[in-house]
Parts: sequence; C-alpha cells; structure tokens
Amino acid sequence: MALVEPLPVAEPVPQRGIAFWLRRYPTVAAGLVILTLMVLVAVFAPWIANADPGQINPRNRLRPPSATHWFGTDHLGRDVFARAIYGTRVSLFVGFSVALLSTAIGLSVGLVSGFLRRLDAVVMRVMDGLMAIPAILLAIAMISLSRASIRTVIVAITIPEIPRMVRLVRSVVLTLREQLFIDAAVSLGAGLGRILSVHILPNTLAPVVVQATYVCASAIIIEAILSFLGAGTPPDIPSWGNMMAEGRTYVLVGWWLLLFPGLFLSLVVLAVNLLGDGLRETLDPRLRRANL
Amino acid sequence: MRRSAPRPERCDGADAAAMLGLILRRIGSTVIVMTVVALFVFAMLHLAPGDPAAVIAGDIATQEDIARIRSKLGLDRPLWEQFLVWLGHILTGDLGRSIFSDRPVVELIGQRIEPTLALATTTMLFSVIVAVPLGIFAAWRAGSWVDRLVMSFAVLGFSVPVFVFAYVLIIVFAVNLKWLPVMGYVSFRDDFGGFVRSIALPTLALGVTYIALIARITRASMLEVIHQDYIRTAHAKGLALGAVLFRHALKPASVPIVTTIGIGVALLIGGVVVTESVFAIPGVGRLTVDAILRRDYPIIQGVILIFSGIYVLINLVIDIVYTLLDPRIRY
Repeated sequence: MALVEPLPVAEPVPQRGIAFWLRRYPTVAAGLVILTLMVLVAVFAPWIANADPGQINPRNRLRPPSATHWFGTDHLGRDVFARAIYGTRVSLFVGFSVALLSTAIGLSVGLVSGFLRRLDAVVMRVMDGLMAIPAILLAIAMISLSRASIRTVIVAITIPEIPRMVRLVRSVVLTLREQLFIDAAVSLGAGLGRILSVHILPNTLAPVVVQATYVCASAIIIEAILSFLGAGTPPDIPSWGNMMAEGRTYVLVGWWLLLFPGLFLSLVVLAVNLLGDGLRETLDPRLRRANL
Repeated sequence: MRRSAPRPERCDGADAAAMLGLILRRIGSTVIVMTVVALFVFAMLHLAPGDPAAVIAGDIATQEDIARIRSKLGLDRPLWEQFLVWLGHILTGDLGRSIFSDRPVVELIGQRIEPTLALATTTMLFSVIVAVPLGIFAAWRAGSWVDRLVMSFAVLGFSVPVFVFAYVLIIVFAVNLKWLPVMGYVSFRDDFGGFVRSIALPTLALGVTYIALIARITRASMLEVIHQDYIRTAHAKGLALGAVLFRHALKPASVPIVTTIGIGVALLIGGVVVTESVFAIPGVGRLTVDAILRRDYPIIQGVILIFSGIYVLINLVIDIVYTLLDPRIRY
C-alpha cells in the first residue's frame, strides 16, 4: 500500500495523422509539397535534366521552347531547362545554409546577451547599427571586397540576417527570465549554462523556427539579386540569378531566358513563405511578421 | 508604452521636460547607431581577407598599383589613426574619391541622386495610397474572399523578387503591348509626361513588396481597433463608413503602420538598386552596381553611409513626430 497515491497518468492526446494536419492547413501542405519536390529536383538534378547544363552549342542559340529543349536555349546554346534544374541546388543550398547559420549565431548571441546585462548593452548597439544598413548593400560591400564564391555569398547574406534573429531570441529570453520557474531553477543552484540550455532554449525554439523559414526565403531572394547584379554566385555556376543576368540582354527576343528562372525562383520562395506562415499560425500566433 | 490612469490632456512643465528628454534620448541613440554603422563600414575593408589595397586593386594589378592605392587611401598608417582621419573627413562631408575615376564620391552620388530619390518617392507614395485602403478593406471584411485575396496577394508580393516582377512587367507592357518604354529615365524637369511614363513600370515593380508589407500591417493593426466600443458607437450614431474607418479607426491604428513604413525604407533602398539596374535608370543604384564590377570600394562605402543615414534619419523623424502627436507614447 503506497502512502502517496500515484498521480493519475494523463490520457495520451489522440495522435492525429498527417492527413488531418494537411487538410487543416492547406497552405502549409502546398508549401511543403512544392519544397519537397524542389529538394528532390536539387538532389536528383543529373537524372532530371536531359542535357548537360554547361554544354555550349553555338549553332543552337536562342531557340524558343520546343520538344527537345523544353525551356529553350540561351545565348550560348545551353539548355535552359537543365540550367534551371541545376539552379535549384544553389538556391536551396544558400537558403538553408543562411537559415542554419543565422539561427545558430542568433541563438547563441541572443541567449547570452539576454542574460548578461553589460554585454547586452554593447551587443544591442552593434545589432542596431547592423540593422541600419540595407541588407543588399551590406552584402554587396562584403562581396566586392572578397573573391566570388558560394561561401562568400553565404557569409555576406548571413551577417545582415543576424540582428533580427538576435533580437527575437533576446526578447523571448527577457520575458522568460522574469518568470517563476527560472527563479526556482536559480534557487535550486542551477548554473547559467544549465538555465540557458534546459529552461530557456526549448522555449525559444518555436518563434526561432518560424523566423528561420523567413530568413531562408529572404536569403534565396538576396542570392538571386546578388547574382543578377553580378556580385553573387560565380558566373560559371548555373544559378537562377546568373541565368537572368545573362538573359536580360535578350529581353526583346528571348522571354524564356527570363521567365523560367524567374518562375522557379518565385515558386521556391513562395513555398518557403507558405510554410513559414503556416508554422507561425500553428506554433506562435503572436509572432508578427518582420521579414524585411 | 505604459498605460496609466487617464490624465488631463494638458501639457504642463514636467510633461514638456519628459518629452524633451525622450526626444534627446532618441537623437542620442541615433548618433550611436550611425557611429556603429561607420565603424562597420570602416572595419569591413580591414577585416576582409587579404591586403585591402590588393583587394581593391583587383586581380591584374601590379605592385606599383597596389602601393599607389595603399598610400592614396592612407592604408599605411596605424588603424586607429586611419579611422579618426576617415571619420573626420566624413563628418565634414568628404566621402573620399573614386578609385576608378578619381572624382569625389560625394560629387558622383550627387549627380545620380535625382532619379533614385524620384523613384523612391513615387514608390512610397504609390504604395501607401494603394496598400493602406487595401489593408483597411481587408480588415473591415476580415475572412471574406476579398480579405483572402488581399492576403494571398501579400504572400505573393513577398515571394516574387523585384527583378522577376520587373521583367514580367517589361515583357507584358513594354515589349508586347508597347504601352510604355522598356527602359531609361526622363527627368521631371525636362518632360513631365515622359517622366511619368518612364517611372511607371519601375514604381509598380518596386512597389509590390512594399505594398504587401504595408497592407499586411494595416490589416493587422486595424483588426485590433475595429472591434472596440467607440467604433461601434461611431457606426451607431450614423457616421459614414468612410469616416469611421479612415478617421476613427485608422488614427489609433496608425502607429505600427507608420513605423512599418519607416522600417520598410530599408527594403525600398535595396530594391531601388535592383530596379534601377533592370530599367537602366542612371541613379545611385546603377552607380553602385558599376562600382561592384570595378571594385570601387570608396563609392560602395559612400552609398552605404548615405543610405543608412537617410534610413536612420527617416525613422528618427517618425519617432519624434509620434512622440509629439501620440499621448500614449509619451506616458
């Protein structure tokens, strides 16, 4: 006979299937489906593209879309469909890398600075300054000072995205640190590291994941813009921005050079945005959109 | 923003002093922000991998070129001295000289600023005129198909990059329908009709994201106001719908809207660079893009400082105006 009655075990919440969830949030479903397709396209690009994206064929230049070249050919006779397929790789790689990097940096800086007042004052002034510089100009400046490579592009896009993430994490930390369960943890002798990792970090994840999807969308757009302006992905790599930069000269004769990469680009960003909006509604209805 | 017990709407001495203190603090933090911006711009050149002089000189430069650039930019002096000298120059309005053309950066930007300001201004006006009523309408009919349409448009506006939309407009309206010129810029001082026709497509292209942003925040902040009692009272006493929505509801909802318009200027500035490039408008954006290709860092640096300054200043003015106008912020 136990002296203390065991607490009643909570009834397990009925698990709802993916089908239910997708029907409830059709926009998330649409975003997820498009994005998954795009990831598959990026991974299996060599099997999907029916031509080598770099294969030059001067006799076949500027051909409109046809049965052999679905999206036509560009000014060097390269297959636009193959290049658009391979372009998925650059965009998704840059988008995911920037989202991951800025989340990692934003989380660590935001968590620590939310807890250490002295550091916070300095960090926030730096973040304010960084936010005052338009993201595209900051990225342009950084790229103009280093050699063109995908890595440079990722760094140059990540740095302007960091302040918003830091501010978000910090604001969550500032509201959490006033709450009783933190006091309880402190009085039980928990150190700063334990409080941050066990009590604060899990509570920041929902808004951070939502913000990370918006960062991913904006990173994909900025990569395309930088490449389009000639300050991004090296021109020998097929990316949608590069394709449009090369196609712009032929806007009067070859609409397909601009339309298809633009379509792919918009579709991917739309998918990520839909996913983000859906996640926001499910995870954190209070989070306001601040995707600049 | 703290809401205390209702106070008499009277500006006494203590109140004025508190307001002045608030404004001075805002100005102070603006100065700090601009100092940090300057530090960043300066540090970027020196933190970049490799010798900054060699980076600026480019891949085909000789040793003499690099040495010439180094002494021209003062890169052979100690770092703190370089920063102070550089900061002193900026404060007296000297942003250095272009490496490519050897002309003062201030002069180069001055020559190109008119089309940029014109495009930014028309876009801002156009966007606010379109987006605020759209947002109000969506909030008023929240949940209806109109609302869903406006919100879908907003998501689309965030997703289609400026230059993609710009080319769709060019292909449809300039190449196929031939209604408007494909590219170029006509100054409003030379020919106003030509100016309007040359700026129409760029304004539309650049405006889409901005409209999406403003419409969304307008809808959200109107929704918070629209169900309050005094709005129902205004309705009940027979005021026209327009008067209720635009005068009674929009006014208290306007703080987040105007703040977002101010923050969105950063987006607008980034977009201007791209839009000018697409439509071959000879503005500051084109100057910047040409500078990237020539690795003319002093120009890029000057453009960043000026645009960040404009951005920070606009937001400072918005803050101060609201501190003066809105009693909820003062208390």
